[in-house]
Amino acid sequence: MNLFKNADGSPKRMSDQNLLLTITIAVFFLMYICAVVFLGSGFLKPQTFFNILNENAALIILACGMSLVMITGGIDISVGTLTALVCMSCAVNLDYNGGNVLTAILIALGIGTAFGLVQGYLIAYLEIQPFIVTLAGMFFAKGMTTIVNATQFNVANEEFQALKSTRITVPGMGSYNKLGNYVPAYVEIGVVVALIVVAVLFVVLRWTKLGRSFYAIGGNSQSANMLGINVKRTKFCAYLLCGILAGIGGFVYFLHVGSGSPSHASGAEMNAIASSIIGGTMLSGGSGNIIGTFFGVLSLSTIKNIVSSLGLDEAWWTNITVAAMICLFLVIQSVVLSRKNKAKS
Amino acid sequence: MKTLEKPVQQKAGKKSTGNLLTKLIKNQIFIPIAALLILVIFNLIADPSFFAVTLSQNSAGYPVLSGNLITILDNASELVILAIGMTLVTSASGGQDISVGAAIALSGSVVLRVLCGTESRPEALQAPIIVAFLVCCVVAMAFGAFNGVLVAYFKIQPMVATLILFTAGRSIAAWINNNELPIISDESFGYFGNFIPGIPIPTPIFIAIICMIIIALVLRFTKLGLFTQSVGINAESSRLNGINPEFIKFITYVILGLCVAIAGFIKVSRFSTINYSVVAKDIEMDAILAVALGGNALSGGKFNMAASILGAYVIQFLTTTLFKFNVISSALPAYKAVVVIILVILSAPIVRDKIAAIRKKLSAQKTTVKEAAQ
Repeated sequence: MNLFKNADGSPKRMSDQNLLLTITIAVFFLMYICAVVFLGSGFLKPQTFFNILNENAALIILACGMSLVMITGGIDISVGTLTALVCMSCAVNLDYNGGNVLTAILIALGIGTAFGLVQGYLIAYLEIQPFIVTLAGMFFAKGMTTIVNATQFNVANEEFQALKSTRITVPGMGSYNKLGNYVPAYVEIGVVVALIVVAVLFVVLRWTKLGRSFYAIGGNSQSANMLGINVKRTKFCAYLLCGILAGIGGFVYFLHVGSGSPSHASGAEMNAIASSIIGGTMLSGGSGNIIGTFFGVLSLSTIKNIVSSLGLDEAWWTNITVAAMICLFLVIQSVVLSRKNKAKS
Repeated sequence: MKTLEKPVQQKAGKKSTGNLLTKLIKNQIFIPIAALLILVIFNLIADPSFFAVTLSQNSAGYPVLSGNLITILDNASELVILAIGMTLVTSASGGQDISVGAAIALSGSVVLRVLCGTESRPEALQAPIIVAFLVCCVVAMAFGAFNGVLVAYFKIQPMVATLILFTAGRSIAAWINNNELPIISDESFGYFGNFIPGIPIPTPIFIAIICMIIIALVLRFTKLGLFTQSVGINAESSRLNGINPEFIKFITYVILGLCVAIAGFIKVSRFSTINYSVVAKDIEMDAILAVALGGNALSGGKFNMAASILGAYVIQFLTTTLFKFNVISSALPAYKAVVVIILVILSAPIVRDKIAAIRKKLSAQKTTVKEAAQ
C-alpha cells in the first residue's frame, strides 16, 4: 500500500485529520529535542521518557475514553472524579474489607461499567445533554468518594504492593547512574495496559464497523441514521466504553499512587480533554485519532516537565504554559478548519 | 396571546382547567418552581423552624436578620449574577463558559491588588473602592472578550475555548499578587459582602436584585434577548436578516465578564481576602446547572432568564437544606447529583412525551369505560 498515493495513482492530498496528527507528533518531538538541547542530559536518559509514561499511564487511558466520546460529538467530564472513586473503593476493599487484587480489579471495572451504563442510557436513549448528565456523574462520584472514606490513606496490602512495584525492564534501554552502574530503563504495569488500550482502540476506530459508526454519528448523526446506523446504540456504546476505560484508568492510577484520597486525579477530566484537543480531536465531533491523543498526553506532560526543570517550579507557570499550549493548538485547528471550508466553497 | 385564548377557554368550559394545567406543566419555568416547591414542602414537613427568620445583633452590634432563608438569598447572590450571564452565553453560542470560577479568582485578586497597592497588608486603603471595582470590571470584561473572540471569530467550541482560562485563570490570579494573600483591614470594604451598618439585610441580596432589574430592563427595552436567541437558533439565517452573529456572541461573553466582575467583587468583600485555589471552586458547574435547571437548552436558542435565576436559587436552597441535615460539605455533591438527575430525567422531552402518552391512554380508557356503562 502506498501511503502517499490514491488508488488511481494520483498524489494523495493530506487529509485535515492527518495534518493535525502530524502537527501534534511534530510538536512533541520538537519540544523533546529542544528540552534535550537546552536542558541538558536529563532528558536524554531513556528513563526520563519512561517516567513520563509511568506517571501518565492513567491519563492516557482516560484521554482515550474521552476521545471516543468526543469523536461522537459528546463529552464526559465525570472521568476525573470517577478515578478518585475507583481508587478509594479499591483501597478500602484491599485494606479494610479483606479483598485481594482480583476483587479490586473487579470493583474498578464494575464501577466504571455502572457509570458508563447509566450515563450512556441517559444520554443516548433519554436524549439528555451529555454535559449535564456527566456533570451529575462527576458530582456523584465526588460525593461518593468521601462517603466511602473521607481521608487519605496508603494501602498496605502485600499482594497489591508486589503488583505496584513490579517493573518491566525495557530491553536495550538504560543509563549509567552517578556511581557508574548500569540501570536498565523500566516501565510500570500501567504503561503496558495503556499501550494495549491505545492499540486496541486504534484498531477498533480504524477497522471496525463500530469505530466507523462513531465517526459517522459525530460528523452528522442524521445522515448516519439514514445510512442505517443505530445512532442511539452507538452513542450508548461510546459512553459505556468511556466508563469502562475510566474504570481501567482508575485502577492504573491506583496502581501508580497506591493510596485512596478524595483529591486524587482532581482536574484529570480537563487534562484528558486538553490532551484530546492537542491530539487533534475536535469537540464538535466527527474527527479525531487515538494516536494523536496518545501524543497529546505526552506533549502535555513533557511541557510540564520542562517547566518544572526550568526552575519555575511554582504551580502557576505550569498552568499558564499548558493554557498557552491549548490556545496554540486551538488556533491551529481553527485555521485548518477554515482552510477546509474555503476549499469546499 | 392571552386575549386570544380567553374566549376559547370560556367556550371549552370544562376543558380549561385541564388546559391550564398542561400549559403550566409545559411552561419552562414550571421545572424550577416545582423543584423549589418540593424543597419547601420537604423542609416544612421535616422541620418548620427551617423558615424562621430572627432579628439579632451581629458582632459589630448592629441588628441583622438571620435564618436559613436569609442565608439562601445571601449565598445565592453570586450564583444568580453568574446565571444571568451564563444564560446569555448559552443561548447565543450554544456552549458554556467553564472559566467563570477562575475568572472570579482573577477579578478578586485584581480588586485586592488595586486596594492594597504595593503592600500586602496595608493599614488604609490605597485606592478608592470604586476605582478597584472599575479596574476589576475592565479586567474581567477583557478576559470575557478573550473568550468571546475565540468563540465568535475563531469558531472554537465554547467549552474548549474557555478551558484555556479555566487552566490559567487561578495561576494568573496568584501571579497578580505574587502568590501572597493580601488582607484588607478597612471595614468599609466588607460592606459589599456582608452588612451595611443599620441595614439588617445582607448587601449581596441588594446587589443581586439590582442586577436582576438591570437585566430585566435590558431585555425589555433592547433587542439583546431577541438577537441572542435568533443567533443561537440559527446563526446563518440571522446573518441574512442583518444581525452580526459574531458580534452578538462576542458581546454575550463580555456581559458574562461583567457579571463575573460583580460576583468576584462580592466574593472578596465577604472575607476581605482571597484564596486563589479555593475561591468560587466549581461555581461554573453550579452556574451551568442553574441554566439547565431553568429548562434552557444547553445547545443554545431560546432562553428564559427568570427560570435560570430561579434555578440558581433552587441550587442554593438544596445546598442549605443538605447542610441543615448535617451532610458534610465534601459529600454534598453526591446528594446534589441525585436530585439533578431526577430533575433532568423528569424534564427530558422524551420522558415527558411518554408520560403524556400514558396519561392519554388512561383517559381514553376511562372514556371508553364510561361509554360502555352508558
